[in-house]
Amino acid sequence: MDKYFKDERDVAMRLKYQILRDDFTRAGEASSKIKKVLKQLAIDATVIRRAAIATYEAEINLVIHSEGGTLEVYIKPDCIEIYVEDDGPGIADIELAMTKGFSTASVAVREMGFGAGMGLPNMEKVSDNFVIESEVGVGTNIKMTVRYI
Amino acid sequence: MITVNDLVANYDFTKLSAETLNRTIENAYSCDLLSWVMAKGKHNTAWITVQTHNNILAVAALLDFACVIIPEGIKVDTEIIEKANEQEIILLSTPLDAYHIFKILYEAGIE
Repeated sequence: MDKYFKDERDVAMRLKYQILRDDFTRAGEASSKIKKVLKQLAIDATVIRRAAIATYEAEINLVIHSEGGTLEVYIKPDCIEIYVEDDGPGIADIELAMTKGFSTASVAVREMGFGAGMGLPNMEKVSDNFVIESEVGVGTNIKMTVRYI
Repeated sequence: MITVNDLVANYDFTKLSAETLNRTIENAYSCDLLSWVMAKGKHNTAWITVQTHNNILAVAALLDFACVIIPEGIKVDTEIIEKANEQEIILLSTPLDAYHIFKILYEAGIE
């Protein structure tokens, strides 16, 4: 897997959102705003859909699992890059976390329909390139690339 | 072609939100796990869910669903209805359960 790094070249537009831990009332808002911008730019519907799924799952993960973090989108001539960074707690076993159906979400969160263990697998599925790095006690960084073709 | 309007006009569905119901329904889906819906949901879907918190609005908006159907007479908070209006998402309420909703949608031509 590639190393996580922010590729600042050829960025036509940048979007950045702060996502707070446990903020269920606003969860999904950042993704909705991102989708609106992509729509205004007349980006292909399939690409928008994949980017929407990627940003939504990332946003929900930040709300449910992280201490809070950021969701950033770089719109480029040939792709959309999505960067997700949080302030912890970090993932001990990434392979396990990437397994469909595995979740550490609480019962209360599951009752709301979250925590199906599909977030990370969905994010990987819709991305042309998916990079995840995590350190326990430090945080998790994810980069997702959705290409236009 | 069936629209949300047809459902409300001809069957036991009540509009909770949105100005116009002029959306075509092409698919039907029922699931309460949001990530599952995100993975499987298609464009112009009538989505049946018992979840009534505001995240269903995000899912419906992101996947461009035709409408969200809250079955079995489950109550929806006015706060959620207001948010649905703001986001122009069609919420419907019905006393029917998922099976009977699917039956109606099937008979109405969604196969």
